Amino acid sequence: MPDMIYVTSSPHIHSGESVKKIMWAVFIALIPAGLWGVYAYGFKALYLMVASILTCVITEALILKLRKRPVVISDGSAALTGLLLAYNVSPDIPVWTICIGAVFAIAIAKQAFGGLGRNIFNPALAARAFLMASWPTYMVTFQNPRWSADALTSATPLTNLKHGFGLANPTYLDLLIGNRGGCIGEVCIAALIIGAIFLLYKRYISLRIPASFILTVALLSWAFMGKGLFQGDALFYIMNGGLILGAFFMATDYVTSPITKKGKIVFGIMCGVLTFAIRKWGGYPEGVCYSILIMNAATPIIERHTKPGRFGKG
Amino acid sequence: MLGKTFKGGVHLEYCKELTANKPIGRVSLPAEVTIPLLQSAGAACVPTIKTGDVVEQGALIADSEKLISAPIHSPVSGKVKAIKKTSHPVVGACVSIVITPDREKSEENFFKDRQNVDDIEPEDIIKAVRLCGIVGLGGAAFPTHIKLSPPKNKSIDTFILNGAECEPCLTCDDRMMQEKPEQIINGAFLIMKATGIKNGIIAIEDNKPQAISAMKLVLDTIKSNKQFSLADKHSLRVITLRTKYPQGSEKQLIKALLRREVPPSKLPFDVGCIVENVQTAYAVYEAVYYHKPLYERVITVTGDAIAKPANLLVKIGTPVSHIIQHCGGVEGELGKLIIGGPMMGLAQYTNDVPVVKAVSGILALSKESARIDAQEYCIRCGKCKESCPVNLIPTDIAKAAECGNFDIATTLNATDCIECGCCSYVCPSHIPLVQLIKHAKRSIACQI
Repeated sequence: MPDMIYVTSSPHIHSGESVKKIMWAVFIALIPAGLWGVYAYGFKALYLMVASILTCVITEALILKLRKRPVVISDGSAALTGLLLAYNVSPDIPVWTICIGAVFAIAIAKQAFGGLGRNIFNPALAARAFLMASWPTYMVTFQNPRWSADALTSATPLTNLKHGFGLANPTYLDLLIGNRGGCIGEVCIAALIIGAIFLLYKRYISLRIPASFILTVALLSWAFMGKGLFQGDALFYIMNGGLILGAFFMATDYVTSPITKKGKIVFGIMCGVLTFAIRKWGGYPEGVCYSILIMNAATPIIERHTKPGRFGKG
Repeated sequence: MLGKTFKGGVHLEYCKELTANKPIGRVSLPAEVTIPLLQSAGAACVPTIKTGDVVEQGALIADSEKLISAPIHSPVSGKVKAIKKTSHPVVGACVSIVITPDREKSEENFFKDRQNVDDIEPEDIIKAVRLCGIVGLGGAAFPTHIKLSPPKNKSIDTFILNGAECEPCLTCDDRMMQEKPEQIINGAFLIMKATGIKNGIIAIEDNKPQAISAMKLVLDTIKSNKQFSLADKHSLRVITLRTKYPQGSEKQLIKALLRREVPPSKLPFDVGCIVENVQTAYAVYEAVYYHKPLYERVITVTGDAIAKPANLLVKIGTPVSHIIQHCGGVEGELGKLIIGGPMMGLAQYTNDVPVVKAVSGILALSKESARIDAQEYCIRCGKCKESCPVNLIPTDIAKAAECGNFDIATTLNATDCIECGCCSYVCPSHIPLVQLIKHAKRSIACQI
């Protein structure tokens, strides 16, 4: 018998799953969409991503140090926030803007609430909302892919529709591969779907939130976004804006969404309703970001009312 | 078609191959056996002998007048050396009877004539079960004669013979079903006769195909030969379950087989079931047919730190150190010594503990396997909730327990927890959820 042995509570084996593995899996799942962003909008998209990730990681390390907590940045959560923030901005914004956004995401939206696992709002989306309020001109100035004739500035298809610019709508194929103006990571639907399938296969996310979110938007758009009732182009509204990115990668954020099965569906439906409402009646052409943020705040109350039934009590 | 599994739970690395094909062996007689007076759920026994007495193998050495208790018998012929406080693998410490075996007289096999049980009355079966000190050998060690005497107002329609053995690494029940299928099935028929249940199910997970075919073969032979009178009045069949942990847990097993849920703080008979482990059925068989008391059982000795993993028939009271020695000792550096399986077993601080009736396995883990990963913050991934077979949200209970908010833990139904370990197993943040929930349960129990 050795002098020292472990005496712990059961169980004595572990699945080998870790926070680090999950965070980096989501990071990897996002890479295809980013590659398209760089291909379509040029290297400045890459600069923005690198600047955003580095600022997030450095801010996280500094604040953890200040809070006298173990400085853990290898878990990938700060890097993931940085990447998601970059995916949610126009490729045209100045680098310093995204750096300020990144500091806001980590310092205010995440660490001020207690760090990983304690934040109420999705840090990347909170930072996007902050940038939107602070430098709206930068945030709503988009550009078409490099190969377009009028590459410099343009509106996204949703802005075009909302404000009646009268531009031609992109085809479904253009939308699928991302041949349009928009935020860096939101445009290539095909790449996002590939990443989402990977996460679904790894069981890191479930379909409950994304499916209820997207289906709600589709249903409401079909019903009310057309010339008459039930004449809307549902597919167009699904593939435009940040819906696919938001539904699969941001609304599914563990920390800020409900953990109960019913709660996830309620959360997704409400996100969809709010997205539709903002797109239809709001001042902004896109509402995915705000709808998720609002529902983040509602997460605790959704969870409280969707607790699973007690075993043996029906 | 009956349901084949339950909701929640996890798929594990079963690591049963270390011992699945090892026939049941025997352990040599130790220098002394230590028999704790607490061997079952309920009351501890009082010695019926004193220091210096000479006892025979199978003789009664301790009993209790309390209702929920089971008598204890000497596993060897020998002399009572002492009655003193010793370590106990489950409760930490307990008064025990220490016996020095007489090597000449301690038999390997218990020779008594086979009884004719064709016309045995149900009460006589239950009496024999009580006299022979039989308890549930699946792990809870609940006195079997109590289980076989449910309140008269409960109508019970199904007997379940639990051969699920869902705990990883353990193979003792699997081996017993392969090597003693006839005896186990006869034991099951006796239990059905004692309780008057017509319908019986033998539940085995599909990762034990040899056990399934062995049990089916015996059932078929009995049916075709009509040689066994009990088989006429009671039906028994094998149902294969999809392998998933914790299927062997009573409540999950009943849910999987019958789609019935045992309500909180109720027992299987409240939903019309009696569940017994296969080794318990074997013990009932031996008690009724041979009047053999329960003083030995089959356990699995395994783990990556055991030189020669094995399935062994061991006498109650044999020191764990002696059994490990028998299995070639510890290979490399011992990291953790566990009584039971890797999911629900109890880590020991010493190898100087005896085997009691509730022990189904000894697991020795290397330093590497026993390593404790650093705990991180909960990221609310919900994996613990998805894996919980009794619909709890483990992370919420754990957070309440950590802050000492036991009233909140109560409202979150912490007391429903079956401590199966699924939540801790899947937690990516390595939070000791089961430990925290156990802490909450104990604190809640103290408040009441």
